[in-house]
Amino acid sequence: MGKITFKLNGETRSILVEPNEVLLEVLRDKIGVKSPKCGCDSGDCGACTVIINGKTVRSCLILAIEVNGQDILTLEGISKHGLSPLQKALHERNVFQCGYCAPGMILSATELMLNIPHPTEHDIKEAIAGNLCRCTGYTPVIEAIIEVTKKV
Amino acid sequence: MAIPYEFGYVKPTSLQEAIELKGKFQKEARVLAGGTDLVNEIKKGFRVPEMIIDVKGISELSKIEIVNGQLLIGALVTFSDIRKSQVIIDNMNILFEAAGMVASNGVRNRATMIGNICSAVACMDSAAPLLVHEATVHTASMDGKREVKIQNWFVDNRKTAILDNELVTHVSIPIPTVKYAGAYQKMMRYSGEDLSQANVGVLLFANGDCHVAFGSVGPTPKRSLKIENLLKSKGISVATIEEAKEMIETVIAPITDVRATKEYRMHMTKVMFERAMQTAMERIKMPKIITK
Repeated sequence: MGKITFKLNGETRSILVEPNEVLLEVLRDKIGVKSPKCGCDSGDCGACTVIINGKTVRSCLILAIEVNGQDILTLEGISKHGLSPLQKALHERNVFQCGYCAPGMILSATELMLNIPHPTEHDIKEAIAGNLCRCTGYTPVIEAIIEVTKKV
Repeated sequence: MAIPYEFGYVKPTSLQEAIELKGKFQKEARVLAGGTDLVNEIKKGFRVPEMIIDVKGISELSKIEIVNGQLLIGALVTFSDIRKSQVIIDNMNILFEAAGMVASNGVRNRATMIGNICSAVACMDSAAPLLVHEATVHTASMDGKREVKIQNWFVDNRKTAILDNELVTHVSIPIPTVKYAGAYQKMMRYSGEDLSQANVGVLLFANGDCHVAFGSVGPTPKRSLKIENLLKSKGISVATIEEAKEMIETVIAPITDVRATKEYRMHMTKVMFERAMQTAMERIKMPKIITK
């Protein structure tokens, strides 16, 4: 058991973890941050996406012990002070149905908008290609991202 | 629920420290960089180590640089780093192209190219670009440094020439002295998130030379000198490309599995070889090579 200290949505957190504990489970079960979801548990579906040091990663493929000293952002951090413009656009369009993919999808779009403020449709498709969704058909998600990035 | 296997974790801050740890634990230690393969394997109970050596604290392993005409790519360089590197775009367009087709952005942000060639799963995307560029893999251990030519690196599916006490520090790629252009083709069910069912890399040189490699169509990726010699001796033309396509049948040995049949893989490898040749021929004519 080792102590790790990291930033989570702007707050410094310290927690004891074993080397065989996966970040996704520590976030959900030990800390209570529930937006990252377990879908495939093997890095394919993107439901467990979190942002570490500005980059989206698969929290199901990261050992919790690896994030010592890192800066983690989840959907809870993005909507800390109310819905983000992207979340509002998604909400207005009633994009999501079951919503399981939504946190990962929003984080992938957030990373994209940080790197490319005015992305092309191709950029958007590339950015969310690793976030699998069974409900939306993707088109309304892409439209919402286009709408928000045009406004900015 | 934690992973149902126990192991230790250590994060050395110097290469020397990492080498000493690998020497101590030998094959009971596995090296962790991105972890996109390693953590998956451990979860599935496949080769669970006693100790994990996290090398992310060794900053010298994250370099992409040119030293004495050699492009050096360190063990911590991720596929996203490759996509953002002007050095790679300018000097190894085929790797830039292939890196963009690896899994999805969230995986590329973490997965390293060296991890890809150390996992050595037959469908990896890095092998064909490294084979056509005649890369060398550099390892380090308590016994010193060792260099392995990339064509000798892949021993079998998921098996490389690495020794139990070694870790890979970087690969080096000689920068050709004549003009050159590469092209990579990957067959997958949908873009953005899939393993290759077959892949082809070609590298053309302004002096008429050409290098060709195939992946995911045998237990290891393979460069074909036979095809290269044919194209070199007879010159690259529509007719010789057709001849080379027929020759592919004697070079690769695809299998049928859940992702594609061997017949489909064979057929598509020929098609992709032709496409890769055409793309590389167009690119080499450009004053500045543009690769997406």
